[in-house]
This record gives sequence, structure tokens and C-alpha cells, in this order.
Amino acid sequence: MSKHHVTTTLNGNAVEFLCETQQTLLEVLRDELHHTGTKEGCATGDCGACSVTLDGRLVCSCLVLGVEAQGKSIQTIEGMAEGTSLHPLQRKFLEHAALQCGVCTPGILIAARALLERNPDPSEEEVRFWLAGNLCRCTGYNKIIDAVLDAAHEMRGG
Amino acid sequence: MSEIRYESPKTLKAAVALLAGASGQARVLAGGTDLLIQMRAGRVSPGLLVDVKGIAEMTAIVAEKGGFRFGAAATCMELVEHAAFAQAWPGVTDAVKLIGSVQVKGRASVGGNLCNASPAADSVPALIAAGALARIVGPRGKRDVNVEDIPTGPGKTSLAEGELVASFFLPRRPARSGDAYLRFTPRTEMDIAVVGAGVNLTLDAKGVCKQARVSLGAVAERALLVPEAAAALIGSKVDEAALQRLAAAVSAACRPIADKRGTIEFRIEVAGVLARRAAGIALERARGNS
Ligand code: FES
Ligand code: FES
Repeated sequence: MSKHHVTTTLNGNAVEFLCETQQTLLEVLRDELHHTGTKEGCATGDCGACSVTLDGRLVCSCLVLGVEAQGKSIQTIEGMAEGTSLHPLQRKFLEHAALQCGVCTPGILIAARALLERNPDPSEEEVRFWLAGNLCRCTGYNKIIDAVLDAAHEMRGG
Repeated sequence: MSEIRYESPKTLKAAVALLAGASGQARVLAGGTDLLIQMRAGRVSPGLLVDVKGIAEMTAIVAEKGGFRFGAAATCMELVEHAAFAQAWPGVTDAVKLIGSVQVKGRASVGGNLCNASPAADSVPALIAAGALARIVGPRGKRDVNVEDIPTGPGKTSLAEGELVASFFLPRRPARSGDAYLRFTPRTEMDIAVVGAGVNLTLDAKGVCKQARVSLGAVAERALLVPEAAAALIGSKVDEAALQRLAAAVSAACRPIADKRGTIEFRIEVAGVLARRAAGIALERARGNS
């Protein structure tokens, strides 16, 4: 059997790729489409480093098959900044030093953006619960939470 | 690795034909949050994946006969974000909310939670307590089955070859009804139930419990419906004496294993405590729902 020919939208651009059934969306993004911003931490759905949105839904791309992306719209970290201007979440992560090694950061930024799209004014507890699926080995989380709350504040125009 | 065929049928009929006609091992692919991990670990190696997310009945959440029908492949996030569903079935909603992270819930389905047949699956005791019916579709047509009759042991279900769970039906709720699900885990999030307890009850106009269902997770090889525990509540005002009888009946029904997450004695004790607390929450909800 030949490979699947998949057409999909990646950060607003139409793309197509070939993949085997068992190739995950994470593998396709990194190895076929050369978008290496999305990271692999565990490949078992536990760490959230591979977080992307699929038709607006936050998912682990390691738990999605590439072939399942047919006709869908994918958002990854590469689509977050507008040209050279960073998304407020990205800026606040820098200001608050909310990253060290950075492996968890693309996934956390994507997850945090998905939260703020649904809930522009989350409590600290809501941020912590929403990001429970994103593990970070470096920062101890507090700076991440502070950065998300500060970005939310700024995005509300505060 | 041998090639895996992938199909995404648009109708239940086509899905059943694919499953029934498969020569090797065929698997239903809903959210994939269990299946893809099992495939990568080499625990299953299907020759055919039938992706059911393109089938309208398997993903829709609709009103039916005053109750709800939701597709077995509807994502957990869609279910918990459905305001009317959450209002009618707060206990089921609480249980579904406990399934993994936001990311996992963005893919995972209640049908998958049931058919993966982990004894610790959070949504299953809540559905059993709620009296949910699963609609099974297969080569010989469709049948509606109580959820408690589907899991038979770890990783095993009563589904026949070529059958799949298409949807779940939750009946209309009488007035003065409430449900609740609680689980014990060492961490507050991202953990697997050491014990789970679901309670669903209905009061009469005088506040006497006239109907109840109690279900337990992670204390046996499958989720249990415990009629003796329900009997402890029925006819009472869910007072202290009834709650004590409930806890005793629940503990008596447990036949757990001991593992690194909990000993047998611990699980038996905690099951009684959780069932009492869940009954208390269900009672509050029933009183507020007249
Ligand atoms: S790599 Fe996907 S959750 Fe860890
Ligand atoms: S910054 Fe290193 S894992 Fe989060």
C-alpha cells in the first residue's frame, strides 16, 4: 500500500504531505514538514511538549496520526508571532524568565493561548489546572503561571 | 513494521462492514489516546484502523426523549463544555473532567474510556450510576445494553466481533435527582483512580430517597454496580444511619488488588468513604433540583 497523501492547513497555509498510517502528527510536523518548534518529550501524551491545536482544539500531536489531519487546520508555535512581533504570551515569558531549557515552552505557549481564547481572565488556579498536562523540568512553574496571568492582564487591555 | 490500513468511513454501516470484514486484527480509532500508545508499545498491532470520527452519530450530542444521546467518539472536552448536559448530569461531567489533561480530553472519548476497559476508567462508574445505555452496532444490527454489562475485565469487553459502541443514552431526569462521582488519587490532577465512586439518586417530595444507583471503579476487575449499596439509601432520607449502611455495603462489594497505588485494605476503606461523600453531594444536588 502506498503512503497517505494528506492535505491540511498549517498556521493558515495549505500544505500537503505523505505519511504512513502509524506516523504521528508530531512526527509529520517535525520530520516531513520541518516545523521543529513542536517538541517531543514523552510520545505518550503525558508531558504536553507536543501541544498543538487541531481545528481550534488543544491536543497532543503525539496522540494524533498524521493521516487524521486531512482537511483540518493545525496551529503550531511557528504561527504564534506575527512576523517579528511576538505574541504577548511570548513577550511575557521572556520578561518573567518563564523558561530555561525551553523544551516545554512551545507546548505551554500553545496551551496557554488556547486557555486565554476561551477564558481571557482566568484565576491562578484555573491556569494551573489548564496547564496540568504540560510538564516543565526547569522552572518550578511559578514563573510560567505569572507570565500567563500577566499576559492575560495585558491582553485584556489592563 | 507491516503496513496498517487506515479507513475513515462516513456511516456506521460502512464502519461495521469494515470491522466485520477485516481479515486480521481491526481496531476502532476514536480519540486514539489509549490505542496509539498501545500500538507504539507493541501491545497491539492492528492491520486495520477504522477512524469513526467522521460518522455523525458517533460525535453528535443531541437531546432525545427529554434525555441526552451523545456519540461514543465525541471528545471529552465537547461533552464537558456542553452546558445543558453538564447541568443535567453534573456527576457524569465531573467524571469526564477527570480523564487526563485538557490535551488528552481534546481527543479522548467516553466510548474509548469504556472500551479500553481499564477497571479505573473514571467515566464508567459515573455512567453506570446514571443508568446509561450504550448503543451497540454490529453485523447483526443494533442493541442497547446497560453500560455495566460491557466491561468484563481489564482490557476486555462483552462486544462481539465486528461490534462497536456507537453512542450513549442518558434518560430524562426526574425532578429532585442528583448525581456525583468522586475518586481518590494521590495527586489532584493527571492521575489514575485508586478508587472511584459514583452515586445517582432521586428524592420524593418529602425528601425520601426513592431511587438510587451506586457504582464503584478500581476496586474489582471491572466497574461494579452495587445494588446492596443503593438499597441502603432507598427509603431513607440519606441520613447518617443510611450513609453508614451505604459505606458498609460498598466496602463489602469491593474485591480489589493491591498495587503500588493502594493496598487492598486501603481501597476497601476508601471506597466506603468516597461513596458516602458522593452520596452527600448527590443529595445536595437533588435538593437543589426540584
Ligand atoms: S510528547 Fe506528546 S505529550 Fe509528551
Ligand atoms: S524550561 Fe525546561 S522543561 Fe520547561
